[in-house]
Amino acid sequence: MATVELRFSALPEHVRTARLVAAAVARRAGVDEAVLDEVRLAVGEACSRAVGLHRSSGISAPVKVLLTEEEKQFSIEVGDEARHAPRRPGEAPGAVDDAEDEMGLAVISGLVDDVEVSAGEHGGLIKMTWPTTPPPAAPLS
Amino acid sequence: MDLSLSTRTVGDRTVVEVGGEIDVYTAPKLREQLVELVNDGNFHLVVDMEGVDFLDSTGLGVLVGGLKRVRAHEGSLRLVCNQERILKIFRITGLTKVFPIHSTVDEAVAATD
Repeated sequence: MATVELRFSALPEHVRTARLVAAAVARRAGVDEAVLDEVRLAVGEACSRAVGLHRSSGISAPVKVLLTEEEKQFSIEVGDEARHAPRRPGEAPGAVDDAEDEMGLAVISGLVDDVEVSAGEHGGLIKMTWPTTPPPAAPLS
Repeated sequence: MDLSLSTRTVGDRTVVEVGGEIDVYTAPKLREQLVELVNDGNFHLVVDMEGVDFLDSTGLGVLVGGLKRVRAHEGSLRLVCNQERILKIFRITGLTKVFPIHSTVDEAVAATD
């Protein structure tokens, strides 16, 4: 089960909320302070992309964000419900929407070492994982 | 935090001072501002990013769109940025090769190359 689950209407103004929540949960989970900027940016990119896909496909369902704290790692999954038509190898991508979509994915893959992007008929999912450092043990008194 | 925009003229350059967060929600405001400046005949723009706390790919797209517009009029679009967190986004997308990035507004205004 996710540590924190967030669902928001596919509107650009809510992407900032998702960034703030994700960064707060990541900090608590022990993600390094120096990496929090990357977490914030990557989750923002993934959510912006999902919002764009929902809006361009006329999907009223919310965008889903799962923040999961595990032993030694923290993961963020951003799910959309847009139908992703499989693109055959060599097939040319579409117009402007695709270009923006690709730019977001380029930023995510540049920022996050551990990222999985999957897409199918019922929606897409971007899963990003960061290592965490456990908080130091409380000193014995 | 929202996006703040203010413009001023220095010689033949127009300096756009941007503050706050440029993301999927606020980027359209920046786009409108750049389009308006170009439509009004300001083709040499300096975008001061020193007050920017957050920039995502939507914001990058708007800056690239601005560059395309000024270039159509043989103009220029220069950026002022010293913040590592923002510069990193330009680096990973390869846009440091596309935009001249300066450390001060004075330097950007004086640049002619």
